[in-house]
Amino acid sequence: MARKLPSIDVALVGFGWTAAMLAQEFTDAGLNVLALERGVWRDTPTDFAPTFIQDELRYYFRHELFQEASRETLTFRNNGGETALPMRHLGSFLPATGVGGAGIHWNGQTWRFLPTDFVAKSHNEQRYGKLAEGMTVQDWGVTYDELEPYYDRFEYLCGISGKAGNLNGTKQPGGNPFEGPRKRDFPNPPMDMTYAPMLFAKAAQETGHAPFPCPSANMSRAYTNPLGVQLGPCTYCGFCEKYACGNYSKASPQTTILPVLMRKPNFELRTQCEVLKVNLDNTGKKATGITYVDAQGEEWEQPADLVILCAFALHNVRLMLLSGLGQPYDPETNTGVVGRNYAYQITSAVDVFFDDKLTNTFIGAGSLGMGIDEYNGDNFDHTGLGFIGGGYIALWTTNGRPIETHPVPEGTPKWGSKWKKAVVDNYLKQCSISTHGAVMSHRGNYLDLDPFYRDVHGRPLVRMTFDFTDNEHRMSDYLTDRAAEIARAMQPREIKVSRRKGSYSIVPYQTTHNTGGAIMGDDPKTSAVNRYLQSWQAHNVFVMGACAFPQNPGYNPTGTVGALTYWAADAIRNQYLKSPGPLVQA
Amino acid sequence: MRSATPFLIAGLLVATSAGLVFADGDHAQIERGRYLVSAGDCYACHTADPSKPFAGGRPLQTPFGAIYSANITPDRQTGIGAWSDDDFYRAMHEGVSANGERLYPAFPYPYYTHVTRGDVLAIRAYLQTLEPIANAPPRNKLPFPLSERAVMRPWNWMFFDDGAFHPDPSKSASWNRGAYLVEGLGHCGACHTPKNVLGADMDDKALAGGTIENWFAPNLGADLRTGLGGWSEADVIDYLKTGRNSHDSATGPMSEVIQYSTSQLNDEDLHAVAAYLKDLPGEAGRVPSSASGQQTSSSGLSGSGEAIFLDQCSTCHRSNGEGTPTVFPPLKGNANVQQADATTVIRVILQGARTTPTDARPTPFSMPAFDWKLSDAQIAAVATYVRTAWGNVAESVSADDVGKLRRTLHAKAE
Amino acid sequence: MEKIALSRRQILAGGAAAAVVATERPASAHSIKGEVPWAPSQADAPHAIDPGGYIFFTPQEAALIEAAVARLIPADDLGPGAKELGVPTFLDRQLAGEYGRAERWYMLGPWRQGSDNQGYQSRLTPAQLYRYAIKQLDAHVSSIKDGRRFANLATEDQDALLSDLEAGKVDLGGVSGKAFFDLLLQNTIEGFFADPIYGGNRNMEAWRMIGFPGARYDYRDFVAKHGERFPLPPVGLQGRPAWSSKG
Repeated sequence: MARKLPSIDVALVGFGWTAAMLAQEFTDAGLNVLALERGVWRDTPTDFAPTFIQDELRYYFRHELFQEASRETLTFRNNGGETALPMRHLGSFLPATGVGGAGIHWNGQTWRFLPTDFVAKSHNEQRYGKLAEGMTVQDWGVTYDELEPYYDRFEYLCGISGKAGNLNGTKQPGGNPFEGPRKRDFPNPPMDMTYAPMLFAKAAQETGHAPFPCPSANMSRAYTNPLGVQLGPCTYCGFCEKYACGNYSKASPQTTILPVLMRKPNFELRTQCEVLKVNLDNTGKKATGITYVDAQGEEWEQPADLVILCAFALHNVRLMLLSGLGQPYDPETNTGVVGRNYAYQITSAVDVFFDDKLTNTFIGAGSLGMGIDEYNGDNFDHTGLGFIGGGYIALWTTNGRPIETHPVPEGTPKWGSKWKKAVVDNYLKQCSISTHGAVMSHRGNYLDLDPFYRDVHGRPLVRMTFDFTDNEHRMSDYLTDRAAEIARAMQPREIKVSRRKGSYSIVPYQTTHNTGGAIMGDDPKTSAVNRYLQSWQAHNVFVMGACAFPQNPGYNPTGTVGALTYWAADAIRNQYLKSPGPLVQA
Repeated sequence: MRSATPFLIAGLLVATSAGLVFADGDHAQIERGRYLVSAGDCYACHTADPSKPFAGGRPLQTPFGAIYSANITPDRQTGIGAWSDDDFYRAMHEGVSANGERLYPAFPYPYYTHVTRGDVLAIRAYLQTLEPIANAPPRNKLPFPLSERAVMRPWNWMFFDDGAFHPDPSKSASWNRGAYLVEGLGHCGACHTPKNVLGADMDDKALAGGTIENWFAPNLGADLRTGLGGWSEADVIDYLKTGRNSHDSATGPMSEVIQYSTSQLNDEDLHAVAAYLKDLPGEAGRVPSSASGQQTSSSGLSGSGEAIFLDQCSTCHRSNGEGTPTVFPPLKGNANVQQADATTVIRVILQGARTTPTDARPTPFSMPAFDWKLSDAQIAAVATYVRTAWGNVAESVSADDVGKLRRTLHAKAE
Repeated sequence: MEKIALSRRQILAGGAAAAVVATERPASAHSIKGEVPWAPSQADAPHAIDPGGYIFFTPQEAALIEAAVARLIPADDLGPGAKELGVPTFLDRQLAGEYGRAERWYMLGPWRQGSDNQGYQSRLTPAQLYRYAIKQLDAHVSSIKDGRRFANLATEDQDALLSDLEAGKVDLGGVSGKAFFDLLLQNTIEGFFADPIYGGNRNMEAWRMIGFPGARYDYRDFVAKHGERFPLPPVGLQGRPAWSSKG
């Protein structure tokens, strides 16, 4: 039986990016804020220090900074006809645990979605007619123009390095000409480019594209953000994603917010406290607080006036399902909202091998690269292509960590002397172009609770039913073909094209861009939260994160997660606190 | 005077508990007292448990043993609530407790003696507004005869000159204000002035750098290499206000000084302190013999030191030693790195160090610990490297020096 | 409209002292307030393996593993192979530890055969899988090669067997030969390229062979030197020989 604690103004579930941002906002507004994090405290000098963090085995291959599947995982199947089985160890994506969440071990690729991405259904239907059968793409209920100031705030919080391509509607040479208009340039200039992205940019230009430096949360110089928090310059060590930064040069909650937030007397963080459910009153229309279990296994009831779900997308959805917060989605009847429109990302790669060029890709950073955006969103005419959406094509030099990154040419055996020779011959003379494609939502792709498998607390695991559809494969193939054309224009000895073929597999790492399941929208019948990320069912519950994405556009999600968080925070501070209740009438 | 005091105290207590507004004069005095308490950094030594501010009990490690700070809340039994203003002034001015006992100079009355009676009473007035906390500090851990407070009589006769601060009419008002703060409430010399064997300041080496609690408080004199010679007044102000400037970042015991004291000073006083410090004489003759410009490399360790530096330290301090000012301190030209006594350099490499966070610069940039990773010889080599590279000049560090400090710090942590 | 009471308590002015404290309630929670915690000499340092002989593998198992990894990454004119660089010791320590016990893996039933897309579904931990598969593999070899063990086969025969495992042509007593092969190959590559503190990649030879500079953390001086060869040798978490050199 849970013991009851004194009430708090705001309880934040999870303590990664969105919770840290909201805690900063709400404590500024004078509220008493409590964050509950299931993992441990972690910080740069003690847990990510450059005396030991550059350890490929420990951090990537033995998952030390990630969620422990032994405590909580999910079950997976490609379709409703299969029995979902547990993901017994991490693979395709890498959810975090601990303070800072995945915000400590991301690459830092920080994009804005396109204006048309937010009206994907209405825009595509207007231009191309009715969407394909089973496609459940929706408009977001919020527009790019509405989010622009909040994108800006997140970019300045993080100190994003980049080059504007569209300032107030005027195209800027050297930037991304396809991006939505921004009010001002990035807070920091682009990073110093390594060799391979420059080779890509040259080839992209020669083939008629407009390459630009990709926006990066790795600091191109020392930076002080609007909160007064400082970051150091990136050293191009090549240990970003899957690692945490050892020298304060990658934006994370720790490096952008916590130094200020932790000093505030009206903020408290409790670590190793896992929230089991959101408690609702007897009407079900208001949350009374949350129940959590601490490291000793004791349960506590924490009453709160406001409850904000700030955990990873999959965990927020699971907590809603476990708490009865919103009607679970049913794919048979296409009704219900929680679990609806789960989506992901579809990626492919073209490896490029040179005889005469030392690319030295061990000099890298998580978001160091040149990209093109001609084939993203609706930046190109899809007539006759058989798909909607798109993605960016980029040449990143994120790393040369050799267990993970030792590309070999087509036809090389996977072991033996020939493999060894291919690795030795090519390690310093290769690079890889990636495509990063959208995944449209589909009626059969969703999340619910698994009927068999349970976590350490005995609660059902979340069940993922997901596969790529024809739309994704056609789109990804199209992107991959374009990438291969640019790769050939780089005049290498040879290339290797790795398409994403067949059904989705949860085994090989792809991206940690799990989206949907608690999507935002204008209609409570087809969305779990309104345009301010407020639960349609319980007005004092808000749900942050990429679970709000109605479908997943062709960019990395964190920039938009950040913008939506500030957007929701403003609505809560300026509207909800003055007059608590639904911010949108159903 | 004495008879009036209980009324004042009673009045304050009533005012505090009832939330009444103080009379303007009282309020101004209390606010001034609050400011002066910051200037004197009273909080740092008189607080052992943050939930019991000013209730004392913090051990101050001296070469002679641990001395516990007093409870200076208005608790009548364990604090100073029962003291009269005269008692309080005598303690500040002469180092004598209300009961007539001699105080040890861990309580820096040799500095506080310079504080005016008006300021002392303002401090007193502020302290009386604090919440009384019952907390009796532990007994001091001093060996005989130091455990006998009477021993302080001859010490005072030898080393202590009581007396008010005397302004120097040849200097500006700001300089004099700076001198008053530095030599009085600021008690900078308590750490930065070397001590004789009896723990008294060596007056001829005022603020030339001193060893304290296994740190070396650097020279504040005009020396270019080891002192503030290369700093502008604005640099000094930046450092005291924000905890960092283009030359260095504050860590160790100076963190508390900045956090609770200097970052709270107003700009006028910061300018005054800077003006005074920047006018201190240099310390020719205290720099090591190698200061002639010859780099020290006789230890033969600089090769490994350079390799370790390039492979590890350049991550923050850059291969050219220039760091990223206010983020990662430059080591090239860094005074702390080049002190005659290498204790701080060795300690920071062994245990890591945190830049003090302030409201102006809240990020607590921290250097990681190397004690688990590098041997005594390796730390000696890299310490020697940073003390002699890029034009830096200082004596080399031996593996023995590192080993001794490692063992001392380890024993202290146990 | 319904009202809820959101108290806007005044934020206490002034510097509340900074500390990490365990609150009184709930007593067991780790409550962090007041400042970013820090303490001297704290480091989540890695654990280097204890040197010495095998602690997981039996001599017979070790013989098979040594022979197998020597074929997966052979010694040749490019340099030493997996065996020479300590990969068998790496595997031994991995299997004896947390990884071998699948401590971070979800190992609750029910157990079912899944599709390839659903990933690992065996109830065996890596340590159990190796132990079982090695025994089965030697038994399989013995049955087709006149009682000989894998380690005693000619290298061509070893290669042929490994190829059969890789191609899924060998069942190891109910365990997929391909599953074992994939795990062994993955772990062998891990050991070959991981930091030497874990037992493989001795003297950073594998890094040197390919040109990876190791556990460095600052390439700023070299970012703009496009196409040039990086001049510094590899460094490991425990340094490099120059860290202990004189002069």
